[in-house]
Amino acid sequence: MMDFGFGISRSSTVNLDSVALENFTRLQALEPDALKCISCGSCTATCPAGKFSGMSLRKVIHNLQRGREKEAVEMLRGCMLCGKCSMVCPRAINTRHLIMSIQKIYGEEAR
Amino acid sequence: MRENVVIIGGGIAGLEAAGQLASLGYNPILIEKEDHLGGHLADWHCLFPDMIPAKDVVSSLVGKASSINIFTRTEVLRINRLRDSYNVMLSNGVSVMTRAILLATGFRLFDAHKKEEYGYGIYNQVITNSDLEKWFNGNPDSRIDNSHISSAGFVHCVGSRDEKAGNPQCSKVCCITAIKQAIELKKKYPDMMVWCFYMDLRMFGKKYEDFYISAQRDYGIRFIRGRVSEVSENIEGKVVVKAEDTLAGRPVKVTLDLLVLMSGMLCNPQTLNEKATWHFPIDSDGFLKCRNTVADFNLSPQEGIFLAGACTGPKTVPETIAEARSAALSIHNWFNSKE
Repeated sequence: MMDFGFGISRSSTVNLDSVALENFTRLQALEPDALKCISCGSCTATCPAGKFSGMSLRKVIHNLQRGREKEAVEMLRGCMLCGKCSMVCPRAINTRHLIMSIQKIYGEEAR
Repeated sequence: MRENVVIIGGGIAGLEAAGQLASLGYNPILIEKEDHLGGHLADWHCLFPDMIPAKDVVSSLVGKASSINIFTRTEVLRINRLRDSYNVMLSNGVSVMTRAILLATGFRLFDAHKKEEYGYGIYNQVITNSDLEKWFNGNPDSRIDNSHISSAGFVHCVGSRDEKAGNPQCSKVCCITAIKQAIELKKKYPDMMVWCFYMDLRMFGKKYEDFYISAQRDYGIRFIRGRVSEVSENIEGKVVVKAEDTLAGRPVKVTLDLLVLMSGMLCNPQTLNEKATWHFPIDSDGFLKCRNTVADFNLSPQEGIFLAGACTGPKTVPETIAEARSAALSIHNWFNSKE
């Protein structure tokens, strides 16, 4: 195709119709509490890895629900499993356990 | 002789107050414009957070008010102020002398047609909270085709917190109503995908937060923080909903079989009638003004006029019933102070 030296940037819209949620359904079965997240950001604010790695559990959970699995798994690489997020979560999500379940379903070993 | 109290509005506030005033020894006269009692609740299916059937609440209130004078299909034509009483003239030709009037005139739902971008009255798949509740109650609705619904969405704050729609106020009960209706839909169709589009979720009442957690965890209802910007119809006759997922900072779109608009609450316009001979003071929120919003919420600034229920602002059923009881006591104390 002719290269005119410019292009139209792809739409950033997330089309929820085409989001495959099979993995998330599996995660839900393992971790029903994952759905209780209210995106308050406590986990992200307290995360010691977040400051230098960009790790945010809030974004991980959100991205998984919107089908952005690659971004989520990439982000989780910053996690040290220290468990501070489970101390601050107001919805009492066992975040450390949740992170390990996410790795089990979406992580590199799972593929 | 028993003292008259004219109660305008035969919804739950009027019924509860009538029952209480009768047991305090007064002669309540209940005026209702419709042919049935119970107001909006008469069309409702069940109530959050314990799914109590609305008809049980209405029939219990009607039962307690069975011995009093009730005029249905009747409107107030004129209210004339006399020296220390009121002369209330009704559309059925009756004229009542009373020293106290209780306004229990309630609310009306925001007309969802006005939010044209949501397509109510334009697309067949768009209904309101009230339409859905009537359908839950067994009334057929051609817009809700049982066999084809696999996904549904709820739009919060339709005609609430919206200055351009003429109502900057929060209607307060729609958040929890949407969750209740979403759960009811999921109970009927467990495989259905249900989305809620919200700005804030205001779970202020007893057990509301538990109900919300259950909607998320047990029913898998998905919440998207972002106000729906527009709705269109696709070639298959489904509706395409656009919003921003503000938690991700990205636009989202989703195709749905059914879209439910959570219409907000406005003051009943019949109490605001410009042609009326008698005017009730209106507060800056568009609802009837009370003497004091903290302690004297049952008293109108006008002597001898009392208020109960959603005429002074959006309220839940238990709040309305509590206000009606409190209004009955306020009226009782007011009469005693006049002795």
